[in-house]
Amino acid sequence: MDTPLAVQARGITKCFGDVVALDSVDLDVAQGQIHGLVGPNGAGKTTLLGLLLGLAVADSGHLEILGTPLRRALAAPDGVAGFVDGPGLYPSLTARQNLAALAALRGHDARTAGVDDVLDQVGLTDVADDQARGFSLGMRQRLGLAAALLTKPRLLVLDEPSNGLDPAGKKHVHGVLTRLAADGTSVVLSSHRMDDLQALCSEATILATGRVVFSGPLSKLAAENRELDYRLLTSDPQAARRLALDAAAVRVVDDTGTRHDAEALVVRAPVPALDELVVRLVQAGIALRELAPLVSPLEAAFLALTEQKETGR
Amino acid sequence: MTATLTHDNVAAARRVSVPRAYRFELVKLVSQWRIRLLVLACWIAPALFVAAVSQQSTLPSDTLFGRWMHATGWAGTLVMLGFAGTWALPLLTSVVAGDVFASEDRLGTWRHLLVAVRSPRRIFAAKALASLTVILLLVAGLAASSTAGGIAAVGDQPLTGLDGHLLSPADAAGKVLLAWICVLAPTLAFAAIGLLGSVTLGRSPMGLLLPALVALAMQLAQMMPLPVAVRLALPSYAFIAWNGLFTSPTQLGPLLIGIVVSLLWAVTATVLAYALFLRRDFTNQTYDGSARRAVTTAGLPLAALVAVTVAVLASATGASGSGIEQDKVQRSVATAFAHLYRLQTEQLNRPAVTEAQLKATATCDKGSVKVAAEGPGNDWRCVVSWHLPGIEVAGTAIYQLDLTPDGRFMADGDGPKEVNGYFLVRTPTGDAPNPLWQFDGNVDLLATPKG
Repeated sequence: MDTPLAVQARGITKCFGDVVALDSVDLDVAQGQIHGLVGPNGAGKTTLLGLLLGLAVADSGHLEILGTPLRRALAAPDGVAGFVDGPGLYPSLTARQNLAALAALRGHDARTAGVDDVLDQVGLTDVADDQARGFSLGMRQRLGLAAALLTKPRLLVLDEPSNGLDPAGKKHVHGVLTRLAADGTSVVLSSHRMDDLQALCSEATILATGRVVFSGPLSKLAAENRELDYRLLTSDPQAARRLALDAAAVRVVDDTGTRHDAEALVVRAPVPALDELVVRLVQAGIALRELAPLVSPLEAAFLALTEQKETGR
Repeated sequence: MTATLTHDNVAAARRVSVPRAYRFELVKLVSQWRIRLLVLACWIAPALFVAAVSQQSTLPSDTLFGRWMHATGWAGTLVMLGFAGTWALPLLTSVVAGDVFASEDRLGTWRHLLVAVRSPRRIFAAKALASLTVILLLVAGLAASSTAGGIAAVGDQPLTGLDGHLLSPADAAGKVLLAWICVLAPTLAFAAIGLLGSVTLGRSPMGLLLPALVALAMQLAQMMPLPVAVRLALPSYAFIAWNGLFTSPTQLGPLLIGIVVSLLWAVTATVLAYALFLRRDFTNQTYDGSARRAVTTAGLPLAALVAVTVAVLASATGASGSGIEQDKVQRSVATAFAHLYRLQTEQLNRPAVTEAQLKATATCDKGSVKVAAEGPGNDWRCVVSWHLPGIEVAGTAIYQLDLTPDGRFMADGDGPKEVNGYFLVRTPTGDAPNPLWQFDGNVDLLATPKG
């Protein structure tokens, strides 16, 4: 059975003068999918999100949004909403007035447009009548999301929506995005935070210097990086270190200078070698109190992929 | 296998209509505290100012119509109009039109606005119309408030025109309204310069200041002894050309030229701003304009407009030099004197005379005999002669004139004391200001001198 696509990009290239911001980028986003877009600064994420919003057109390649090919700027079909480089808000207007003014642009009044409803969804009902001038970054992000929700989008494009959010705000935003996806809205979001992606996204695309270095399910991304750094806390750090040094396929990472906890041991190993090390520690009567990857598998994969790309330039 | 999503309810890009975008821009403008403050100030402060000054013993006699503020409520609004043309209107256009595009740069909201409206053309139209609306509201406030303050404080008496003739209250009201309408043309020109600065210079403060700086430069130019064709080719001339409405006959030539030139500036600057706006790259968040681009794409076309206008005016009107010539000065002084003499005659309860009976003439000279009697300066000296019915000997009075390059003059009486040597005259009802002691006048820079 066919999976309907909200975004289909093929060979998208975009240059700014001599700078190649996007280089033959392919992207597929299915209906109802939350798709993460990650990459280091300057990787081309914002440029790609701008193209999805219709702010600019690609120099070459084919981009289809909600079934409509985009051949000129500002031609994104109705149903596409979002923001890049932070939400656009007018500080002299209250949260409610910002949304009501946007609703009026589309010919709706605040009540029929559901201004109160979207304010409630993003958890800003209590400050609805406060001027946006006094809003924190997190509140501005949530108001920007509310503005996007006002248009009842079928494709939501968000640039760093979790920036500045406190845990409660993040919970609100994650809840909203998950519900939207469940209702069939596709979401493309960029983030620097792999934990956000892990919590929200089923698929991700990693960009580095304008090129796609990975695209696919997160599980595949995690699996691609087989060797991780693990932190071990044991009852006998010295003995544990000796065992680790003797173990096959295990390397002790000497990073005591960068860690506060000198008792911990950091090793780099594939999962089978790590399992073997744990068995040997237990056999030697050394209690294992803590074992955790130093960085998440996703983050490690991200770093590995983007660093490879950077060094390969 | 995948397929592209094709929802039945997915519509093609729908652009927001100009009226809706206009309302959106108006909401944003009016929500700004400085715009609200300006609206309040323009609707309240002029009334208070005019009413307060009208009650003072010393009047702003160096300002056109200032010396008549005790005599009629219509003088106050004209004093305000003079002040508005010099300072207030260029500053108001700076604050409103000079910021209407730059504010989006400052707030980083261009992308948001483009995604919402989906048409840079409509955004431009909406912003231009919204800023125009606010500017019109401010000008209307200045006019209505100063008029109300003058009428309430002094009353609806006849107004003495710039050549001394009396305008009935109804005439005065009509001409005051017309004068305020006329200054809308240069206000539009400076508003368009504001749009141009706002579009070209982005968030740079120079964009906001551009109309005020251009107005200041043009005012300085108007103070220089420039050829009359150059003077009329600048939109700032229309801020003073309304003076010609208060003479008889009305000096329509400079006024109409001033309005046409201002409207040409308004159209040219708006078209330039529009063209630059459509070419702008909105993907660049750090857009700060470019000084070189501002000069080449905005400054040069406007400089070319001035050059073409000067050439057209010089050939069409035949005007050359300063436009201030001995004969025109003499006629203007004699006309004003005759009108004001009748006013003084009425004050003193003497037998009425007409201007035709007075046959007033003036002989004016400038500086020493070695200096040609033309051009502006404060060294003009006039001897006015007039006749009274049944009296063979002609009366004479002396005036020192301070004549500015724009054709305005202030005549200061130098005797005899009974006619123009003292600032008060003794009337049957008590002392009153002597209309012949000092008076303002205007030389039509385009009028043809005749013998």
